[in-house]
Amino acid sequence: MEVKLRRSMLFIPGNNPGMLQNGGVFGADSVILDLEDAVAPTEKDAARFLVANALRTVDYGCSEKVIRINPLDTFAAEDIRIIVPCRPDAILLPKVESADDIHKALAMIAAAEEINQTPVNIIALLETPRGIMEAYGIAKAHPRVVGLALGAEDYTASLGTNRTREGTEIFTARSMLINAAAAAEIQSIDTPYTDANDEDGLLMDTKLAKQLGFNGKLSINPRQIDMIHSVFNPSSSDVDWAEQVVYAIRKAQAEGSGVASLNGKMVDLPVVNRAERILYLARLLGLIEEGKE
Amino acid sequence: MKNSLGREIPEQIPGIGRVKAFAGAFNTPPNMNRQAPKVKSVRPTDNKVMNSLAEVFAKIPVTDGMTLSFHHHFRNGDGVVNMVLATAAKLGLKNLKVALSSVFPVHTPLIEYAKAGVVTALDTNYMSGPVAKAVSQGLFSTPVVMRTHGGRGRAIECGQLKIDVAFIAAPAADDYGNINGVQGPAACGSLGYAFPDAQYADYVVAVTDYIVEYPLSPVSIPQTRVDYVVKVDCVGDPKGIVSGTTRITKDPVGLKIAENAAKVIQAAGLIKDGFAFQTGAGGASLAAAAFVRKMMETDNITGSFALGGITGYMVDMLENGLFKKLMDVQGFDLEAIRSMATNPNHLEIGADFYASPYNAGCAVNKLDAVILGATEIDTDFNVNVVTGSDGFIMGGSGGHADAAAGAKVTIIVANLLRGRLPIIVDRVLTVTTPGQTIDVLVTERGIAVNPLRGELKEKLLAVGLPVKDIEELKELAERIAGVPKQVKTMDEIVAIVEYRDGTIIDVVHRVEG
Repeated sequence: MEVKLRRSMLFIPGNNPGMLQNGGVFGADSVILDLEDAVAPTEKDAARFLVANALRTVDYGCSEKVIRINPLDTFAAEDIRIIVPCRPDAILLPKVESADDIHKALAMIAAAEEINQTPVNIIALLETPRGIMEAYGIAKAHPRVVGLALGAEDYTASLGTNRTREGTEIFTARSMLINAAAAAEIQSIDTPYTDANDEDGLLMDTKLAKQLGFNGKLSINPRQIDMIHSVFNPSSSDVDWAEQVVYAIRKAQAEGSGVASLNGKMVDLPVVNRAERILYLARLLGLIEEGKE
Repeated sequence: MKNSLGREIPEQIPGIGRVKAFAGAFNTPPNMNRQAPKVKSVRPTDNKVMNSLAEVFAKIPVTDGMTLSFHHHFRNGDGVVNMVLATAAKLGLKNLKVALSSVFPVHTPLIEYAKAGVVTALDTNYMSGPVAKAVSQGLFSTPVVMRTHGGRGRAIECGQLKIDVAFIAAPAADDYGNINGVQGPAACGSLGYAFPDAQYADYVVAVTDYIVEYPLSPVSIPQTRVDYVVKVDCVGDPKGIVSGTTRITKDPVGLKIAENAAKVIQAAGLIKDGFAFQTGAGGASLAAAAFVRKMMETDNITGSFALGGITGYMVDMLENGLFKKLMDVQGFDLEAIRSMATNPNHLEIGADFYASPYNAGCAVNKLDAVILGATEIDTDFNVNVVTGSDGFIMGGSGGHADAAAGAKVTIIVANLLRGRLPIIVDRVLTVTTPGQTIDVLVTERGIAVNPLRGELKEKLLAVGLPVKDIEELKELAERIAGVPKQVKTMDEIVAIVEYRDGTIIDVVHRVEG
């Protein structure tokens, strides 16, 4: 079980040199250097140039380097041609509606990659009702697709409704996307919480996302990163529980049983898997010391 | 001669005389003499109210070579300095020394008076704008003396800055010379920086556009020290005196730095009941205050006092019970004025009470933590807030060196890269505040702890803060931005930087151009 953490994926405007330079200081699991919504059509070429140079020269520390390119029907080809040789870790492909979109993008990516370059992954941004319906096919389109992300603004507009603080209108899209990603055994990333000044709202929305099953959340403001992490990190009571589960099942196995009991509740394989995921995450984040269990 | 920081200081400075070299923050004792101001007397029937500045000049009389002092509470809205100097010029006076606690762009006419020989010396704690630029280019033949806020109080009390006439811009006064800063159209709040001037000047003149019926209340500067009251049409422009509400910065890098500064204070174990705090009035300093506040609220902490320049944000913390007192040497906005006028727990303090090293204890000594800025910091933690990257004077200590010396933990917050320039250098162009008094540097890419504070470093590491060596941070910055060329300066000394104890910590050389 070796999974890249994507608790937080932070958008950095691709046309802002100061932010491009500082993108790595906020501790996000991924930075998304944005060539799409943050950049006006007349500025696309300049932003592409800036982002390409940022990829070559800026140290983003532990953050994964993801580039949101423009949609396939606009500037995607040029974006891929320039950006991919600069060795990003992944492309965030917007407005994906079918497995075919993935194949088109992949063909261009493969053509742009240099020899010996680590293959560039794809995270598919689903922003339309059709994209949601096709989620599983998109997720399974190619092994390079490592995650599905939800773009709720365009999606909601397509439904003809509006975004609310509670997010009732995107409940179905969230659930379907999570389910498709889980079925394909890739990650699911939630839509950003767009009111940067509403900390309570961010907390509520992120807790909901985690409870629904998302692995992480997009973010439009560096101020949101710490809170998003605090929600997605396993709590100390989670870790305690997981340690007890693992202890209980090992004890049971030693006694020749595949099922254990913890505080009167049955501990079987799914529970053990969940506990192991928590411990894996906790170790990755340094929340428990190596070797201690 | 070289001072203890290795800075070359002349033993004699023309127009100033023999100087003492800086020898460490707490190593130079005072000579124990105190300036005795003149005894004053008036008869019961004497009238203090004068109709014009010219009349006061004649009455005192103001003569060539005198030292005239002013406070800077009107900041960039000040009208009094220009008014007084215009009077002096009109009367043909020469060789005056201006002792103005801070110089702002509004004081640009000073340049013409200097060129005309009306003013030939300047003594200040901070300069910005055209005067600062002109000083850097050799406006005065005698170097400008740049002090700290506490050091100015000390220099006045110890007789090293002897004031002949203090012209005190007075937002409100009565006809017998009582003054406060909280009433009238030019209300500015605290008048703290004028307190030493009023105490020790031979003559004290209140310049006001707002005379109230005797007796004025509250009284900041009492009638017993004030010789004359001059009513003028307008002492200043309120728009330049008080700012609107200073908003907490929205810059994510600034916020990141501010948050880490607050975490340093917490890790040092200082956020507990009785916490005493000083921070600046800028957006990033306020952001640090906001993070500190959140920690205090979470842990239900009641602090003791907040000190220094006071903003509405600090007033809000007082009114919400996060601090028991505010000690206000300078107010920045209307909220600070309202609070000082109405809340007995909002105290007005003088510059000497605030920060003078040579009295029986100043307020900065009681600080737990202070957050300060820097234009440059070197690998010995010496800080420059006097000269900019081009070598020109663009600031001054103000209370920087004072608060750094007094506080238990002094934190410098700065972007590792300022524009295209690394903030950390091998050797700052001008030392304002000695590294010995700086404990921590917080940048967006890591935190450096002064090696003198090993125990503090351990505490920060224990909570997982990103502690790095200052050299490591410097290299990190240089990898991104390269090593800037040292600014070229000329031999001529245009200003001396006096440490708060009266020794010379550095000099500022003339810049070409």
